[in-house]
Amino acid sequence: MSAALSVWVKGIGLWAPGAANWAAFCAVVGGREAPGDDARPVAEVLPPNERRRAPESVLLAAAAAGEAVRMSGLDAATLPCVFASAHGDQTITDYMCATLAGTPTELSPTKFHNSVHNAPVGYWTIATHCHASSSAVSGGETSFGAGLLEAATLAVADDQDVLLASYDIAGAGPLGEMTATTGPFAVALVLSPHADIGAVRLDITPAPGNSGSSPTGNAWLDGVAASNPSAQAIPLVHALALARSTALRVAAARELDIHVDVEVAP
Amino acid sequence: MPHPMPPLSIRAYTATSALGRGLDAHADALLASRGGLEPNDFSSAPLDCWIGRVAGLEEEPLPPELAEWECRNNRLAWLALRQDGFIDAVRDARERYGASRVAVLLGTSTSSIGATEEGYRRLDHGRMPADLHRPVLHTPHSLAGFVATAFDLEGPCLTVATACSSSAKVFGNAERMIRLGLIDAAVVGGTDTLCDSVLFGFNSLELVSGEPCRPFDANRGGISIGEAAGFALLERVTEDTTGPMLIGYGEASDAHHMSTPHPEGLGADIALRDALARAGIEAGDVDYINLHGTASQKNDEVEAALVARSFPATTRASSTKGFTGHTLGAAGILEAAITLLAMRDGRIPGNLGATTPDPLCGPQMAWTSEQREVRIALSNSFGFGGNNACLAFAQVGEPA
Repeated sequence: MSAALSVWVKGIGLWAPGAANWAAFCAVVGGREAPGDDARPVAEVLPPNERRRAPESVLLAAAAAGEAVRMSGLDAATLPCVFASAHGDQTITDYMCATLAGTPTELSPTKFHNSVHNAPVGYWTIATHCHASSSAVSGGETSFGAGLLEAATLAVADDQDVLLASYDIAGAGPLGEMTATTGPFAVALVLSPHADIGAVRLDITPAPGNSGSSPTGNAWLDGVAASNPSAQAIPLVHALALARSTALRVAAARELDIHVDVEVAP
Repeated sequence: MPHPMPPLSIRAYTATSALGRGLDAHADALLASRGGLEPNDFSSAPLDCWIGRVAGLEEEPLPPELAEWECRNNRLAWLALRQDGFIDAVRDARERYGASRVAVLLGTSTSSIGATEEGYRRLDHGRMPADLHRPVLHTPHSLAGFVATAFDLEGPCLTVATACSSSAKVFGNAERMIRLGLIDAAVVGGTDTLCDSVLFGFNSLELVSGEPCRPFDANRGGISIGEAAGFALLERVTEDTTGPMLIGYGEASDAHHMSTPHPEGLGADIALRDALARAGIEAGDVDYINLHGTASQKNDEVEAALVARSFPATTRASSTKGFTGHTLGAAGILEAAITLLAMRDGRIPGNLGATTPDPLCGPQMAWTSEQREVRIALSNSFGFGGNNACLAFAQVGEPA
């Protein structure tokens, strides 16, 4: 059966607790280094003022997205972007709900406009002068797979390179108990519909059912994967970090996985 | 510039808002120029403003088998799905194509956050109270998760949450997936309900009007917030297609500011041109545009100028937010449904609320309702973060 969608990975960005960028992640996965201390995400793409004021969700998404675009060598201003997140900025949602329960007329206007699910992609397009289409999506616990399917669909349907960023921050307050997200994680991929001999190819096909993800066997990786919906990307980024051709499934919806054949260039 | 796309059939559509339940309630109110805004009585400490509230929602709980999803937003979605034979149309599509070939792609800005707010008002020793201890509610994906569960659908399921452009953009998501053969049909649309987050949030930005909103009036004073739900079922066009069609869409970013539009309407202009290009039409082919027209100072200024410079005087344009209020993440689908009604009934809705037209408005503006054939129409939706979408619809056989 031929794949429904084939895309080439032109850039990768990542922030995990203990691995603040793609190179650090590859070093840990390759056994060359142990996970380090947690570092604040460095969102170089944001102007210094914005960087100081930006909420954690924006920093995290922009750090991963910036790294992926830099690696791709493409111009962020022209790249359509899909930002996926299961729960958006839970720290702000917790603040909003707590303030509304007590002193609603004192709600901060800045916190309110940062509370919208598309705040990170909004800041991203402003910082990069991107006038292409931008979207903010959620697929609940399967947000990463749903976002990957959407970004690959957009790339192939409109024959253009697309930026995918998937991020979630740790839960906060009574909301945190509901979302069970215990740590931050972000990953970003620049996906191209055009064959690139140096790049890894992903053949993506929707597959009925949820097969569940298999652990990688690396305790740190499996811990990260269990802590955050966006970290359902771990099996895929694990394969990319090892530069190993493989096949895997990523949950993309209720009773729907996407089957991904990872083809590493010889 | 995108290439023309094959049109999609809109096999069924429906809307529920402050104007009533289902399409005929909307057509009747639009015909009679009867708006649905009323003084705000929502929440424990109502702000002094006007709202567009769906009557009777409090008395219509979800059926027992869906009780886990109970909250105002999913309740409104369920109420809307029961109008205009929409449930039967979706079940029929599931029957014809199979559960995994039908997608659920919905837009919302706040989903069921009203339930999260309620939990915080009634915390039990600092934790969510037992009756709201339902994780499926406390996530932006609650709405789409609910609809997929209610219909037992197993295709792609995605929530687009780009504020007020959300439920317009999902038409684009569906078109791409159908064109690539990933699915055969998609339930698109969205729901947003009144909640403290938006009422007090827009109030904090000083964007809420103290009177019923007056889009494109020279003395407009801001938005009126409303709630609504609407849905459409999209499939490929076949030989027996008779209903309206989606013929194009455009999406673009302002890259300007989180909460104010680009001063020259750059993103809105790109979205419009992309929609025309995908539809393979020109501005002069457009009979009617349902404008975003929120009645905020900046939005209306930018959009009025865009319409005045881009379209001939024969194109008609109006905002219908004077009828329904700004239904935020549901605005895209509500106004798409109103646009399809204009096409069905050959009637342009008037721009309710304006008494002194803003001089920036061109001759395109329909200040009162007009009887006129509508073959091709657009619907504009712009959101926070400078997110813009434009949808293009046509009757079968158009563009000729």
